[in-house]
Amino acid sequence: MTATLAALGAASPGIWARIGASVLQVAAVATGGPLLLGLMGKVRARAEGRVGPPVTQGLRDLRKLIRKEAIRAEHTSAVSGLAPLVLVASGAMGAAVTPLVTTRPAIAGGADVFVVVYLLLMGSVALALGGLDAGTAFGGMGSSRAMTIGAISEPALLVAILALAVQAHSSNLPDIVAASLAHPGWLASPQRLLALVALVVVVIAETGRIPVDNPSTHLELTMIHEAMILEYAGTDLALVTLGEAMRLGLLLGLVANLFFPWGIGGSGGPLAVLVGLVALGAKAAAIATLIALVEVSTAKVRLFRVPELLAGGFVLAVVAVTTGLVAR
Amino acid sequence: MISGSALDGVELAAGVVLAGAILALWRKDLRSLTSVLALQGIALAALAAILAATGGDVGLGVVAGVVLVTKGLVIPGLLARVVRADPGSRETAPLVNVPASLVAAAGLVILSYLVAGQLTALMPDPLTRLAPLGLATVLVGFFVLVTRRKAVSQIVGLLLVDNGVALLAFLLTAGVPLLVELGTSLDVLLVVVVLQVLATTMRARFGHVDLDQLRELHD
Repeated sequence: MTATLAALGAASPGIWARIGASVLQVAAVATGGPLLLGLMGKVRARAEGRVGPPVTQGLRDLRKLIRKEAIRAEHTSAVSGLAPLVLVASGAMGAAVTPLVTTRPAIAGGADVFVVVYLLLMGSVALALGGLDAGTAFGGMGSSRAMTIGAISEPALLVAILALAVQAHSSNLPDIVAASLAHPGWLASPQRLLALVALVVVVIAETGRIPVDNPSTHLELTMIHEAMILEYAGTDLALVTLGEAMRLGLLLGLVANLFFPWGIGGSGGPLAVLVGLVALGAKAAAIATLIALVEVSTAKVRLFRVPELLAGGFVLAVVAVTTGLVAR
Repeated sequence: MISGSALDGVELAAGVVLAGAILALWRKDLRSLTSVLALQGIALAALAAILAATGGDVGLGVVAGVVLVTKGLVIPGLLARVVRADPGSRETAPLVNVPASLVAAAGLVILSYLVAGQLTALMPDPLTRLAPLGLATVLVGFFVLVTRRKAVSQIVGLLLVDNGVALLAFLLTAGVPLLVELGTSLDVLLVVVVLQVLATTMRARFGHVDLDQLRELHD
């Protein structure tokens, strides 16, 4: 422990400091994700004139669920048990390498755009397989819907981040964030604006928020994510909920740092990392509040119009890349 | 020469204009189209104001004010009134569906970069570098004009073309003479006023504002 602290104090982050920062990032996403969900619920409730559950409700639910027995449906295979683990593990891996509190996390060289997006995709595919495993009608329907939406939103997510990669001449996420920190003028460029609009649409679809999916309903006509996890209970459900919350935290943190990289810790010591942590929390909370406020005033679109919404995001991302490629 | 945060502001405003054009193609709700137009107008006015402030050009400053009042407030306000007055036609009725027209818009943006590349090569300059954004807005505006049937959405297309031309003018010539800008702004304003009268009359006579149904003769 003392060795870790000594390394953290060094001017240039050693391997232990970077591992420490990564562990901190995973912990921040794992606790911050449920807190962000709680915050969004609270903002929605307040905007609708209700008191709403406390912000820490998500963490309390997790504590309650994790104590309960994981009951699996009859005839399920090992996939049901593995899916929540893969979801949480891929989310944790993504959180460890993404530049969230510092631009120098462990294995920063491997934090390519493609790696992080495909880690997220791995989690969604695992969850879709888990939904199919029990063989119930709802699980299959939810999985098919989630994959339909994912097939359009994942490329859009990739292309939107590529617009920033073109600008920074690197597809490595920590390098992109460090470069945008070094060039504040980039933040106002047209391709960033277009990519931001695209990314917000995609993040809303990826995290199953209101215009695409309604997380608080169990109506069979509309539910997507809830249909997939109907068969899960107890510890498994806790893992799935945690995995989904981590995905929300990771995506919001990524958007916050890619477009507004202020405050993120660079090569500084533990103090810079702590500042980065506070800044990350503030930025992610601000974005979550904005999304929740928009959610209150919008209605969920019909399932068949979701591809239309996402196609718009995808085209904006493509235009952003074009603008970036030509206008260098 | 423009540089630093002034250039950032100009880039952001130009980006908002193009993003607005694509949003206009994306959203079907006519009311949100009017707010997109208002946003574009405000961005154009901000762009003109930044150019006026950096160049110390008083005439351009007045143009910025005119743009803000006409394109940012009056025209979108009038359009919003037309939309509010006719609750039956809150959505556009595109001839080409939304995903296909968005793909077309992406093609148009790429096309405008290819075409304007020749143009900007003549005078490489941070401002002319942004000219493709204006050209793309003009092309997307034309696309809206030919693929939308409702009278209001056709006017939206016309206004997009107008905004694109204004953006091009600001970026390439660093400002339009006050008289010209006054003339075009009032022209467009007049078109919108005429449209409002026309739409009201059409609704009173036929009960709708769908231009496709005006091809047949009625008793």
